[in-house]
Amino acid sequence: MIGSLDQSILQQLWWILASIVGSLFLFLTFVQGGQTLIWQLGKNETEKSLIINSIGRKWELTFTTLVLFGGALFAAFPKFYATSFGGAYWVWISILFTFIVQAVSFEYRKKPDNLFGPTIYEAFLFINGAIGILLIGAAVGTFFTGSNFVLNEYNLVKWTNPLRGLEAAQNIFNISLGLFLVFNARVLGALYLLNNIDFTGMDEFRRRTKNAVFHNFIAELVFLLIVVGGLLTMSGFHVDPATGQVIKVPFKYLKNLFSMPHVLLILLVGLGLVIYAVYVTYLKDKDNGIWFAGIGTVLVGLAVFFTAGFNNTPFYPSKVDLQSSLTIYNASSSHYTLTAMTYVALIIPVVLAYIAYVWYQMDSKKLSQEEIESAEAENY
Amino acid sequence: MIDQMDLSLVNWARAQFALTAMYHWLFVPLTLGMSFLCAFFETIYVKTGNEEWKNLTKFWMKLFGINFAIGVATGIILEFEFGTNWANYSWMVGDIFGAPLAIEGIVAFFLEATFFAVMFFGWNRVSKGFHLLSTWMVAIGSNLSALWILVANGWMQFPTGMAFNPDTARFEMKSFFDVVFSPYAISKFSHATTSGFAVSSFFVIAVSCYFLAKRRHVLMAKRSIAVASVFGLIASLMVAFTGDEAAYVDAHHQPMKLAAMEGLWDGTTKAPVVAFGIINGMKQPGDFQDPFVVEFKVPGLLSLLANRDPGSYVPGINDLVYGNKKMGITGAKEMLEKGKMAVKFLAEYKEAKKAGDMQRASMALQKFNQVKEYLGYGHLEKPEDAVPPVSITFYAFHIMVIVGSLMILVFILFLVSTIKNTLEKNTWLYPIGVALFFLSFIAGQAGWVVAEVGRQPWAIQGLLPVAVARTDIAASNVKLTFFMFLVTFTLLLIAEVKIMLKQIQIGPKEVA
Repeated sequence: MIGSLDQSILQQLWWILASIVGSLFLFLTFVQGGQTLIWQLGKNETEKSLIINSIGRKWELTFTTLVLFGGALFAAFPKFYATSFGGAYWVWISILFTFIVQAVSFEYRKKPDNLFGPTIYEAFLFINGAIGILLIGAAVGTFFTGSNFVLNEYNLVKWTNPLRGLEAAQNIFNISLGLFLVFNARVLGALYLLNNIDFTGMDEFRRRTKNAVFHNFIAELVFLLIVVGGLLTMSGFHVDPATGQVIKVPFKYLKNLFSMPHVLLILLVGLGLVIYAVYVTYLKDKDNGIWFAGIGTVLVGLAVFFTAGFNNTPFYPSKVDLQSSLTIYNASSSHYTLTAMTYVALIIPVVLAYIAYVWYQMDSKKLSQEEIESAEAENY
Repeated sequence: MIDQMDLSLVNWARAQFALTAMYHWLFVPLTLGMSFLCAFFETIYVKTGNEEWKNLTKFWMKLFGINFAIGVATGIILEFEFGTNWANYSWMVGDIFGAPLAIEGIVAFFLEATFFAVMFFGWNRVSKGFHLLSTWMVAIGSNLSALWILVANGWMQFPTGMAFNPDTARFEMKSFFDVVFSPYAISKFSHATTSGFAVSSFFVIAVSCYFLAKRRHVLMAKRSIAVASVFGLIASLMVAFTGDEAAYVDAHHQPMKLAAMEGLWDGTTKAPVVAFGIINGMKQPGDFQDPFVVEFKVPGLLSLLANRDPGSYVPGINDLVYGNKKMGITGAKEMLEKGKMAVKFLAEYKEAKKAGDMQRASMALQKFNQVKEYLGYGHLEKPEDAVPPVSITFYAFHIMVIVGSLMILVFILFLVSTIKNTLEKNTWLYPIGVALFFLSFIAGQAGWVVAEVGRQPWAIQGLLPVAVARTDIAASNVKLTFFMFLVTFTLLLIAEVKIMLKQIQIGPKEVA
């Protein structure tokens, strides 16, 4: 059934699937955003504990989504996996490092005899939330600004910049995209905490969290404007579908959005939802903003990935050798593998369903001070 | 195809992979087995409604959680290391190898990640039944993740279900089910997971012995030992059985590895197993030195393991390097010659295609197709390069087998003492239980050394040597990240052990 689909359909399908996983990851970075807010919002041990136990029950989902994003790209677009991870070595290693230290920090922070003491583990969480997300954003930025690699006739990668990927952080657009994601994660983090914590008797803590939503949103807006401004005005990479030749075209991504009005719509609705979330939270004092901002973030993510990969656009362009650029058509797995993986992907709705069910079961009762301090309950 | 081979780069990349994999395998065996043990304990609690079993479950779960976190930390590196350090590999076999990794994420990691939170924080948030289900889901999820990564590893040992595509210069999948149900995948999975169960059982036994020795939590310790010794005994018997199966598949698909495991240089009928031996480290392929300084052999046993027939012929390292016409064995030497031709014809094909000379391209392709299965050998410099480090493989294999046999014996001792209710009296058992915990770890590590060092120089057996599989990067980068990982993982390990010891010292909550 799936096997009779055209290769290009499967390639597009897998770009959409990878984009969904990547965008869901961006939503789930509310965990990372929350990690950077621990010191700022948690003025005493109870408040800190509430923050850490609130986001700490979701960190593995975020982590796993990132791992699946990597895995899905490996399976569906192995040339990207090989080119980017092997080529932009230092940017990926740096990102991974922040996730290594994150993985132990929730569990070890408060345990006695933990070698470093709680502050260091909190610092690990901060580094993961700030540097990790910043670098992920910068790496995604290179989908538009291009990278420094050449592929030989055997499709093996040679990186031409000794910084091995870290050079992406020298570009204003890439850095702005990274900072946009960092502040968006912080907005999401604060929104999640507002929704998940029972603030009874802690008005000051709640007010601080609410203010954080607004202040981080303002910062986010600044970087968003730089990113959008850059994206709409920059020349981009275009591939001729007939010959496969890649050329640079002025206003390429602006043109992409106009040629794919549905993507433009997704982008605008997504941004609108994030703004609406901040509005209902800050001005209407609601605590369900996370859902609007969450869905909004997913939509913005999808728009970003679609703009990067569709409409004859190489999603991983090479600045130094245009013809080495990766498109979803030349970087993908074989028809057989994409077919097999599509069958496997049929299970994804089941996975999403049990995640949603468990999420509901675990979050339907807000996390209270009482629960954190009870001797019975297990806590981070 | 490859501009120049930078051996120090390959060795740093290999060292880094070995480092991360060995660190990861310090924690994974405990995750694999402890998750099931926790599920057993909790099932007993739910069935009996006895709060003591609940406290017992929570105690082991706490230790499980501490171990789980660092397992995750070391695991993420492994997945991405294929890309960072082995970029050529990732492209050349990504069409096959990427799939199990993605499936691992979809079907396994999410089970673990989702239900882990319920298992730890859901005691008062979900029903008893749903909590128990969640604990089982974590156990199934972690073992499913082992399944898929071992499918991937099994495929590296015995590449099947694929073909080389000269246009993309990569291997492409032709049969998903051949990859998943390859004999290697099945034997790897069952051998590795059951060894994890055995290690975890010894962990429970060792900690319980500590409590027995201190005369604290005696009932809880005895109950834990009862469950762990049954689980461990079944697991260790399975380890032996699947190990025998693994040797059998090695004999048929990786004969060089099997020869190295037993230090068998010259093939023979009634091939012996060396029950005890000291390798002559100076021995080289083709020379006439004695392979052993000291040896004690059991004739026919290797033939039995390899072919289920004690009189059968098992090829030695020299036969596999230089060939043996009489026994119909093609040696690495001949394969290397054909491989060099394959490399040449492939380059010719690429060049002709680029120049648009289709006739020349098709001729080159025809010639390439005749020798294409030797392409991997074409990247070796000399036939002797096909020999893995014999001493390491030999010793690792023997340590694994000796400890493995000891494990069965000690599980029986603990089980008998449990049945006779003499655990409190038999204090001499306690240090043995603790020792076996550490030894079982060493056996697990040794097992991976046999599997991975024993297949050198290949990343993909017979198809892709490690020297070609690596990323094109200056060795200094990989060297630096090696030390970054070494320092980070070591510090985290120290933190983990300290936290673990403290929690063991605090011990489980007793019902008032």
